[in-house]
Amino acid sequence: MKSEILSLSNVSKESLLNETKKKVLEHQEKCNSFVTILENASLGEGKESKLSNIPYVLKDNFSTKGILTTGSSNTLKDYIPPYNSTVYQKLLDAGAILVAKSSMDEFGMGGSGITPHTGVVCNPYDTSLIAGGSSCGSAACVCDKVVPFAIGSDTGDSVRKPAAYCGIVGYKPTYGMISRYGLFPFASSLDHVGVLTRSVVDAAIVGNAIKGIDSHDMTTFDSSSIDLEKEIEEPISTRKLFYIKELVRLENYPNASEELKSILSQFHEFIKTLQSQGVLVEEVSLSRELLDVIPSVYTCISCAEATSNLSNLTGILFGEPGVGKNVVEQMIDHRTKGFSPLIKRRLIIGSYVLQKENQEKYFVNAQRVRNRIVSIMKGFFQKYDACILPCASSVAPKIKDVNDKMKRESSILDNHMVIGNFGGFPSITIPSSFINGMPVGINLTAEIMEDAKLLSIAYQCEKLLDFKGGETK
Amino acid sequence: MNLFLTVGIEMHAEMKSISKVFSTSKNTFSKHSNTHVSPVDIALPGILPVVNKECVRKAILMASILHCEIPDYLCFDRKNYYYPDLPKGYQITQSHAPIGVNGYVDVPFLNDSLRVFIHDIHLEEDSARLEHLMDETLINYNRAGVPLLELVTEPVFHSKEEVLAFLEYIRKIYQYTDISDADVKRGQVRCDVNISLSEEEGKLGTKVEIKNVNSFSNVMQAIDAEVKRQTDLILDGRKSEIEQETRRFDEATKTTVRMRSKVDAIDYKYFIEPNIPKMRLDSNWIKEIQSSICELPMSRMKRYENMGLSLEDISVLTKERVFSDYFDECVENGCDPKTAANWITGSILSYLNKTEKKITDISLSPKDLHFLLSKIDDKTISGKQGKELLEMALQTGKKIEECLSTSDTQISDEAFLEELVRKIVLENPSQVESYKNGRTNLFNFFVGAVMKETKGKANPVLTKEIITKYLS
Repeated sequence: MKSEILSLSNVSKESLLNETKKKVLEHQEKCNSFVTILENASLGEGKESKLSNIPYVLKDNFSTKGILTTGSSNTLKDYIPPYNSTVYQKLLDAGAILVAKSSMDEFGMGGSGITPHTGVVCNPYDTSLIAGGSSCGSAACVCDKVVPFAIGSDTGDSVRKPAAYCGIVGYKPTYGMISRYGLFPFASSLDHVGVLTRSVVDAAIVGNAIKGIDSHDMTTFDSSSIDLEKEIEEPISTRKLFYIKELVRLENYPNASEELKSILSQFHEFIKTLQSQGVLVEEVSLSRELLDVIPSVYTCISCAEATSNLSNLTGILFGEPGVGKNVVEQMIDHRTKGFSPLIKRRLIIGSYVLQKENQEKYFVNAQRVRNRIVSIMKGFFQKYDACILPCASSVAPKIKDVNDKMKRESSILDNHMVIGNFGGFPSITIPSSFINGMPVGINLTAEIMEDAKLLSIAYQCEKLLDFKGGETK
Repeated sequence: MNLFLTVGIEMHAEMKSISKVFSTSKNTFSKHSNTHVSPVDIALPGILPVVNKECVRKAILMASILHCEIPDYLCFDRKNYYYPDLPKGYQITQSHAPIGVNGYVDVPFLNDSLRVFIHDIHLEEDSARLEHLMDETLINYNRAGVPLLELVTEPVFHSKEEVLAFLEYIRKIYQYTDISDADVKRGQVRCDVNISLSEEEGKLGTKVEIKNVNSFSNVMQAIDAEVKRQTDLILDGRKSEIEQETRRFDEATKTTVRMRSKVDAIDYKYFIEPNIPKMRLDSNWIKEIQSSICELPMSRMKRYENMGLSLEDISVLTKERVFSDYFDECVENGCDPKTAANWITGSILSYLNKTEKKITDISLSPKDLHFLLSKIDDKTISGKQGKELLEMALQTGKKIEECLSTSDTQISDEAFLEELVRKIVLENPSQVESYKNGRTNLFNFFVGAVMKETKGKANPVLTKEIITKYLS
């Protein structure tokens, strides 16, 4: 079993921490992954767990008492919360050591890692490329072997996409398995806490440590009967997998790049490998019409919820107070100065689709499509254990080519992972291979509550793929 | 010209509960600002609401009292708007599936009852309190997240008196059921008043909403003011100037003032609160709640009327549940209803008023009152004495029996002593015979009997006089 976390149990924790601190600084210099570096992080005492004295990084949208938490936004650039998110509290209780807080696309709204208020985060494999977002800093530092694990959040594919671009494991459990209390919200019905590691086993270990019902989050459920590590070595030969043919057939992409061709051919090769292992892999159909509207549905729902969720940012009680003759002007000033244009655009879209005269046409219809897609997927999950697909249509794009995440043209292959958020399905990305020296990944998604099974399938795939994290530059 | 008034009421009442509706902060009044505040109440980034089950229970209780339909699922919605008193930038409320819809309540009105139809009742959270000073405004978050019940009537009222009868009766129900203290002085009840005037009976005129009226007397005055304003406009031939709008009542000038017209109406962009999962309401739980409803004032009033109590006594006895409960217990203990009502609304109430105590504060139990009344009934003591004993028992906290034995009050009630002597004389014919036959020392036997009955408190001079009179 390949667990870096467990392999560290025999290492001197003192030297591990010092080593990590050094790596944090080097990595920051190279990739700009962090908003806050906790130089005074020290070893804990007496806490016995698999994570005790293991250094880790937390995305900067998790509330940490007494530690700056910005959501990578200028509106909260000096905000020090007075309370702990449940995830941070659980990691504190487990004895893990927070060494840095990672930057992200502002409030999680973006998939590039180029919008943090502290600047662009770049890909450790090639610093001219993006790390992907929104959990860019968390993905980059795990990729660069700074820490064995980092915590992210995933509203569309914000853990799984950067994991794919950085060649690491990104796991988003079933909705409600990990408490969102203290996670700065983007879109509450889609937001998930996620884990970034370099192995599936480590994702299971961290997932076990931070999951659980929480009296502060009514959407959490009791998952005490689910052990993510226990069944991980179950054989894969009896599993039944499916992929969506519309997403992986080359003929569906008339202008396919060489990169996409490689991604698809490698995917099909891996399917053959699985089949040779006795795994049943079949193709299913999900209509092109539904696949095409996924980004619009996601935009409607996520922006609507975001515009409401971010309404507490007025500068009245926290954040830099705005300037103006009256309180309305002060709120407007605070928000005008604080939010980046990208956020403003999303908030305006959200507000627009919620307006009385538009709500039925956009927001409510988006919910209908969301439910439709989810019920189709649930139908597939009745017959199959998991869905297997490539993560994206390309390797990490160049920083200079990315200017607006909300581009009109996007490949259906770049947006399907949001289905996991629509349905609250557990979903994991594992690195599969290199194309032109850059990593690409495979995504596996299963029915809700089937996290243990999903991780076991991912673990076996990981073994078959035998991906060796190459040297980062 | 005849103008016909129609009024609909939205009544907000702060609920009584240990903690707030979506957070664990205390729901209690504090003199000190910003003491009952948690991260949830001030909407720090990352907070989530957790529904207070006790508040849901009370909301279901009230919905049931109002004969409302209760939905299968509990859901909440967000009402989005920006205001400095609203920390999250949205209020969690119930818009698409309120806890109760399509109900009614019968309200006592002019010795009869008035049926008021209820559009809906829903559970929501209060906002923070803004305290406006000379040149700045302070925000007190103690009130942020306090549970509110909003009750919305159909447009059913045709006079301000009907409105008042409704408001007072609902307040009484809230207090009876312990759902809310409904203390208007502490701002626990606030009303929005929807008014329309029509020239044709049975038709509605243009709806004007008067928002946030903070007392019942202001509701009355606001109705008067708005009726006057609209009547004047109509009489002046300017009816077209009455438009659908939101106004507020200005206490200083006793007029309504325009806030915004319909065109400027706020779009609250309601949508389902995603952080609170839709929860099935267990029908057994609802039944359990419904079976816990106490007897309501209307039913008590009818019962008291059948006991033959005066309207005045009924009104006093049913003003507070504890008062009515006390009276009922006295009757259960065997007191005559009218006599008990007299004593409770008379001596006991005047003592309570004088000492600013509540009936639950006194040690005199309904059993004690029954004992006292039975002593008066069987002539052991006079009515006047009874009052003195009651007074003593209330003041000292002693039992009536104890007061009776230790009381130094001399009985000088002539009528009472006469009655007692008459009784003793009738009960002892042989002694009377012997006395009349010359055994004059038996005079002391009669004095002794009186003293025994009155525990030595009979006025000896008066007693001797009366005995002499009866024996001669």
